[in-house]
Amino acid sequence: MSLWLTLAVNSFGLGGLLFLLSSGFSLIFGLMRIPNLMHGSFFMLGAYFGVTLLDRGVNFWVAAIGAGLLTALIGGLIERFLLRRLEGQVLPQVLLTLGFAFIIGDVCLMVWTGDPWQPATPAHLAGAVQVAGLFFPLYRLVILAVAVVVAIALWIMVDWTRLGAMIRAGVDDPPIARVVGIRVSQLFTLVFSLGAALAAFAGVMGAPYLSVYPGLDFEMLPLALIVVILGGTGSLLGALVGSFIIGFLYNFGQAMFPDLAYVILFLPMLLVLVLRPQGLFGKVVT
Amino acid sequence: MSAVSGLLAPRTAAIAMAVLLLLVLPLWVGNAYYVNIASQILFFAVFALALNVLVGYGGLTSLGHAGLFAMAGYTAALLLARGHGHLVADTAALLVTVATAAVYAVLSLRATGIGFLMITLAIGQILWGIAYRWASLTNGDNGVNVSSRPMPFGLDLSGADGFYYLCLVVFLACVGSMAVVVRSPFGASLRGTRDQERRMAALGYDVWLIRFWAFLLSGFWSGVAGLLFLYYNQFISPQVVALTTSAEALLMVIAGGTATLLGPIVGAALVVIMKNVVSAYIVRWNMVLGIIFILIVSFMPEGLVPGSARLWAWARHRLRHGKPKPAAPGPVAAPPASGGKEGVR
Amino acid sequence: MIALEVRALKKSFGGLYVTRRVDLAVEEGERRLIIGPNGAGKTTLFNLVTGEITPDSGSIALFGRDITRKPVRTRAHLGMARTYQIITLFGRDTLRHNVMLALLGLSPRRWNPLIDFAGQRDLAEQAEAALARVGLAHLAGRPLAETSYGERRRVEIAMALAQKPRVLLLDEPFAGLSIDERQDVHRLLMAVPRDVTMVMIEHNMDVALEFAERITLLHFGEVIVEGTRAEVVAHPRTREVYLGH
Repeated sequence: MSLWLTLAVNSFGLGGLLFLLSSGFSLIFGLMRIPNLMHGSFFMLGAYFGVTLLDRGVNFWVAAIGAGLLTALIGGLIERFLLRRLEGQVLPQVLLTLGFAFIIGDVCLMVWTGDPWQPATPAHLAGAVQVAGLFFPLYRLVILAVAVVVAIALWIMVDWTRLGAMIRAGVDDPPIARVVGIRVSQLFTLVFSLGAALAAFAGVMGAPYLSVYPGLDFEMLPLALIVVILGGTGSLLGALVGSFIIGFLYNFGQAMFPDLAYVILFLPMLLVLVLRPQGLFGKVVT
Repeated sequence: MSAVSGLLAPRTAAIAMAVLLLLVLPLWVGNAYYVNIASQILFFAVFALALNVLVGYGGLTSLGHAGLFAMAGYTAALLLARGHGHLVADTAALLVTVATAAVYAVLSLRATGIGFLMITLAIGQILWGIAYRWASLTNGDNGVNVSSRPMPFGLDLSGADGFYYLCLVVFLACVGSMAVVVRSPFGASLRGTRDQERRMAALGYDVWLIRFWAFLLSGFWSGVAGLLFLYYNQFISPQVVALTTSAEALLMVIAGGTATLLGPIVGAALVVIMKNVVSAYIVRWNMVLGIIFILIVSFMPEGLVPGSARLWAWARHRLRHGKPKPAAPGPVAAPPASGGKEGVR
Repeated sequence: MIALEVRALKKSFGGLYVTRRVDLAVEEGERRLIIGPNGAGKTTLFNLVTGEITPDSGSIALFGRDITRKPVRTRAHLGMARTYQIITLFGRDTLRHNVMLALLGLSPRRWNPLIDFAGQRDLAEQAEAALARVGLAHLAGRPLAETSYGERRRVEIAMALAQKPRVLLLDEPFAGLSIDERQDVHRLLMAVPRDVTMVMIEHNMDVALEFAERITLLHFGEVIVEGTRAEVVAHPRTREVYLGH
């Protein structure tokens, strides 16, 4: 009984992490129509920044937000000065992000070596909470809470603010958005940086239990891809639901069929692609 | 018509010359290390040509072909490790790979363009996860060893030269079959679906099925290349399934120039040589790979072969007429098509 | 016999009706003109008829055979061909190759991966004959990208005619042509034999009036007036929505 409960809590924790990772990916994809293949790299880079800051005794939350800002800066610069120049050429844009993914991976290997880093869970977030006689690992719940807060913040931003209105216009119809005078290019940089920051923040949040190691980037990237294929591109709700589906499948799959956990991840994607190719919450693009 | 045969003759001569050079290469190089690099170039060229069926002629950019390449290698390696013969293992490997390609196709052809790329990437990464995590089947990170190379018709392939000739025969068969398919009605249909999908359907073509067959063809030759890779290394590990392999293959295709037969071959040679040279001095291959990607998409998006062809035509024009005419539309400098990829066959 | 019959066809995009309720019956051998101001739903109607869009409700029949749920390619094999308002041809290939692709689309040979496509003499000859019909035989070997806009419009028609369609749908074949070129296209359409039923969309009424026996006036996705040339021109609603424009 308690095993299942632990698994469920872990699933919520991983789902929360995946949401932080994939919500940015989904927004970038929805707005700019490119899958950002650097997204896993942002996650890993952020995690490395975070563990370095933590190593210097920086407060956990300051480290997580600092890593997010640093990565946002890097992402913003790449978007502004390189991706921008290839506007409208989708394939070169994708290949550029792929090229940077390789470079970031190699730079991380150079700087942080091949050994895994695993920061301790911050003392005030460690341990377990007791609810109704059952113990829950506090840290997973914190991740879930952070993801929920971010989800609400993103939802408010996208649905209720002027910026959000521009993003929605851009997602629905970029040419029209341009015609009505939305500065699409600045919007792109902003959303790209935001996505990078969220991924990096997720990297730091994940570090205490996933640890950080070379190859983490390309392990996280397909998870973000699957979440977005499942949920539908450009949909925050889709990213949220997709993240928790994958979080649950991964944890329960790992526990019940450790060898096949990866195959199990594949199944919902397969179903969605066959039955509803636009994703659970995606719009049909004509 | 005489103009055409006048064009064909030097082309035939060039091909004959190239084949002759490839045939005598081991005698000429003499050193096993370099002959092995030549073998690598040949089987990676087969892989790149396979990917080019989709990327170049079909306009479908796959980032998951490492999964097909490795599927053949793993299937054969695992069957060999269980004591099956080479013929059984290799045949089964190709069948499994083509079947896998069918699964890839059914899923990824739900989308085109970026959606296609994302789905192939996701499937490729899942296969990587299986190779890496399903240790009871794949032996995980330790990989699978293959104790011997096959001896078809009693020919010894254990040495560098013998294996080179095997690669050469396969390579020539691949190039030959690609040349035939590309010029065939099916090839013309495939290119049509790349350029004008809607129009092709209105003309009576089954766009989905054309792409499906193209995927199987691509999968078959990817599998053949994967088998050669397995026998070359006599070892396979999850690293082969990694995104890096898919990206390298894509780099070979776009570096050389898509939708040409020569492009992927040149691209394969380039990437293999660079990888060997770079690896000899530094361990930063991934960084170099990334930098090349960025340089190519930024400065030579059309690829080296069409890029050089354009340069060559321009230079010849300049030699003949004495002065450069950048504005005049020359015979080779065709106007940019909407896809941005120009075919030179 | 009725060549093309459309019944109660309805299509909306996001709650907005593009085709509200269209009924249409085109007799075999007829020349039908469909007119209407911009946004009347003319091209949507064509896209519904060719199958590029699926209708919300209603049915389409070709020579009495229901094709409402048939895919685009099947309709081509059943004898439907169309030209496009926006030219979508194969720019890198020669005119001959373009028309040969149209011929190949209906030939079982299209699946053959072993023979040489360019070397298919019969297809090449038919393609050249189709090009000759539209007066472009001398340009057969020229890449499409190096031809003029008016020539491309005629290649469109050559490709459609090469397929020997029973029903030919023409989407603004005169768009963007000079007066001389219009005359040429008009002449070649008039020369098409009666075993081909033709339905033409035209935004500009005066260029196409001569072409049709019967005219259908579409407005906001509905048929408003239908009848002979004289009837439609004289109809007060035509003046109201169209001619007074």
